Amino acid sequence: MSRLLPLIGFLLLVGLFGFGIWWNTQHDQREIASPLIDKPAPAFALPVLGEPSRTVDKASLLGKPYFLNVFASWCIECVHEHPMLMTDMKRLGLPIVGFNYKDEPEAAMAWLSEHGDPFDVIVADRDGRAGIDFGVYAAPETFLIDAKGVIRYKRIGPITPEVIEKEIRPALAALAKEAP
Amino acid sequence: MIPELGQFALALALLLALVQGVLPILGAWRGNAALIAVARPAAAGQGIFVFTAMAILIHAFLHYDFSVAYVADNSNLALPWYYRITAVWGAHEGSMLLWVFILNIWSVALAAFSRHLPPAFVARVLGVLGLIGVGFLAFILFTSNPFLRELPMPADGGDLNPVLQDPGMTFHPPVLYMGYVGFSVAFAFSIAALLGGGMEQAWVRWARPWTNVAWAFLTLGIVAGSWWAYAELGWGGWWFWDPVENASFMPWLVGVALIHAQAVTEKRGSLPAWTVLLSLFAFSLSLLGTFLVRSGVLTSVHAFASDPRRGLYILGFLIVVIGGSLLLYAIRAPKVATGKPFAPLSRETGVMVANLLFTTAAAMVLLGTLFPLIGDALNLGRISVGPPYFGFLFVMLMAPAVLLLPFGPYLRWGRAEGRQLTAMAWRAGVAAVICAVVAAVFAQGHLRAIAGVAGAVWVGAGTLAYIVKRWREMPRGRRYPAEMAGMLVAHTGVAIFVIGVMLSESLSVERDVRLAPGQSQSIGGYDFRFDGVEETEGPNWRADEGIVTILRDGATVGTMHPQKRTYSRGQVQTESAIDAGLFRDIYVALGEPMDANDVQGAWALRLYHKPFVRWIWLGGLFMMAGGFLAACERRFRAKKIAAESTLEPKATPA
Repeated sequence: MSRLLPLIGFLLLVGLFGFGIWWNTQHDQREIASPLIDKPAPAFALPVLGEPSRTVDKASLLGKPYFLNVFASWCIECVHEHPMLMTDMKRLGLPIVGFNYKDEPEAAMAWLSEHGDPFDVIVADRDGRAGIDFGVYAAPETFLIDAKGVIRYKRIGPITPEVIEKEIRPALAALAKEAP
Repeated sequence: MIPELGQFALALALLLALVQGVLPILGAWRGNAALIAVARPAAAGQGIFVFTAMAILIHAFLHYDFSVAYVADNSNLALPWYYRITAVWGAHEGSMLLWVFILNIWSVALAAFSRHLPPAFVARVLGVLGLIGVGFLAFILFTSNPFLRELPMPADGGDLNPVLQDPGMTFHPPVLYMGYVGFSVAFAFSIAALLGGGMEQAWVRWARPWTNVAWAFLTLGIVAGSWWAYAELGWGGWWFWDPVENASFMPWLVGVALIHAQAVTEKRGSLPAWTVLLSLFAFSLSLLGTFLVRSGVLTSVHAFASDPRRGLYILGFLIVVIGGSLLLYAIRAPKVATGKPFAPLSRETGVMVANLLFTTAAAMVLLGTLFPLIGDALNLGRISVGPPYFGFLFVMLMAPAVLLLPFGPYLRWGRAEGRQLTAMAWRAGVAAVICAVVAAVFAQGHLRAIAGVAGAVWVGAGTLAYIVKRWREMPRGRRYPAEMAGMLVAHTGVAIFVIGVMLSESLSVERDVRLAPGQSQSIGGYDFRFDGVEETEGPNWRADEGIVTILRDGATVGTMHPQKRTYSRGQVQTESAIDAGLFRDIYVALGEPMDANDVQGAWALRLYHKPFVRWIWLGGLFMMAGGFLAACERRFRAKKIAAESTLEPKATPA
């Protein structure tokens, strides 16, 4: 019987891998709910892109809800998403904080001058450590953080008009309801 | 026309692999000498056609044949010739071809250097290798063909990922695969032994040099990969517990257990089932690594293209190869405990304990790597574990291994004497304590550094004491046979590695600074003076190159030239400058200018001072050398089994 143990262990692994393949075909990897939703956003203090001597931290952004958009010049999807940030997202009226993820600042700035800069302020997370705290999975990602610094909504993948209508507007409406 | 020949060569190789996989095994089973004799020519034939396919793909890269989609995707006119060759394995299709290519190097080598083995046994071994070849060749032809045409032909190609445009990358994948794929030989030996039913000691002896060489290559490949990450990724780290790194590390850990278990089985006849199982595990983990990397089941910074069809194919292949071999093991593994009896305090026990530590470590790495997947399966959300998990558990498992290591050579087979062990422990222990106290004076309370020095001296002094003991007690010429010399060199490598890891992890200084030309920053006793930035050019990039002068007590130690490269396709890549030294590395990475319009002004720079970091790779190279050295043991080439092993310590007082 003990001779069969390695085989049994392996078959369990096979089950797991089969599940993994099936899961990947069934699920868009972007559907995963973030465990950070309704939790306080992780504390961060990051240099401003292009101005490394100035840092922006979580505390300085409290008091007003804002979007935090994870982008990078190496990210192909970000190019597709960018026009949405420049137009529809800006029209929502909240500040958008750019979170430049694992990027070379030079490349990021060149990218922004080519595609336009929709951000109110951009922080640079060069080594991706703050990104780990935020559970960043792949750019682009967008967080909605409320006035108290709590993450209220997260989108993995590019923003589309549909996402704004079906997900972001309801999240904003929920925020507005809470406001005194 | 020529790329079609490549595809044709692969198809012929597949047919010959089928012949190699079926006929010799059938012949060995039925005792048919004619079928047995097919093994070597079939292996040679498969080799010739796979080598041809490889040569044709390299030719297509060298001649800018962008009508081949794979060539167009991974190279362009500006890419220098040496990176066009390495671009062959820069993406999925080509690296699968490299896999089969290296499998064939091993098969052909085995066919050539196995004349002293029984023909039926060699037929089975080559047959198993042939079947593995069938699996991979079919995979290439049906899901990952590198010779597919792209018409109309683009005028120029895409680009090889600039991260891969580094000398380390020319070298790292082939060597790593030599190790990975090399475990297929140990695997084939085990399957041949199980099929043959004669679980005699001899097959383990024949398998040992092959296993040692494969393990040594794997060690070198991992060292090269770690070095490349350090030099090229620009973060100054040398190991990231990334799924792809783990995929190569798991077979390595099991390989450590395997080469020790093989020694026990060969010399004493004990633990044969365990040795068989470990060789199945080592190769299974190599295949598993391929699956994890290629199927897209796990996401990784290595970011290979993934495709569920490929994932399904490899999973099916895993089921056949691993499931089949474990089933064979369950049916045919030796039923009774064989070999000479051994006492609780003996070398056999020592090897078993070490084996358990290393296989547990491999299981821990596997679990950590699969954690995100398990999280999905149990509906816990996507959880991943990072370096803290791996680092903590790995140190917990390896600390006892380091503690026990110096005892190994002193333990006698069968029954060891406590007296010799305590004598060794006193010497090495006193040396370790003295060095730790000295280190404590210098390290100023860095506990990890002190522990590292103590651990390394403990291993080093224990190993040295054994070298001295052999020198005194054995006659000239019999002191250090190759196998023992290899063991001693590899164990010394462990001591060097421990120093490197513990000292560089605890004493490194890292600073992100902003420096205007002429300004300097002092780190670890060195002054870094920034002398401005110049423009420079390479074959397919231009760069801003910083000039940083390193001074110590006012005297110039060297000048460093970190670069910020922009490749012709627009990707930006940091080339850090490293001033390497035996006792410290100075590492400078160029950030960005403070003012984008004024490159002659102040820049952000990342400066590191890393004491002893080079010892990490030096230790790895020692381990590799030990593996190669041990494989040269003359006894492995003998057909008969010697009555008495040369490794056995004589029962003389210390």
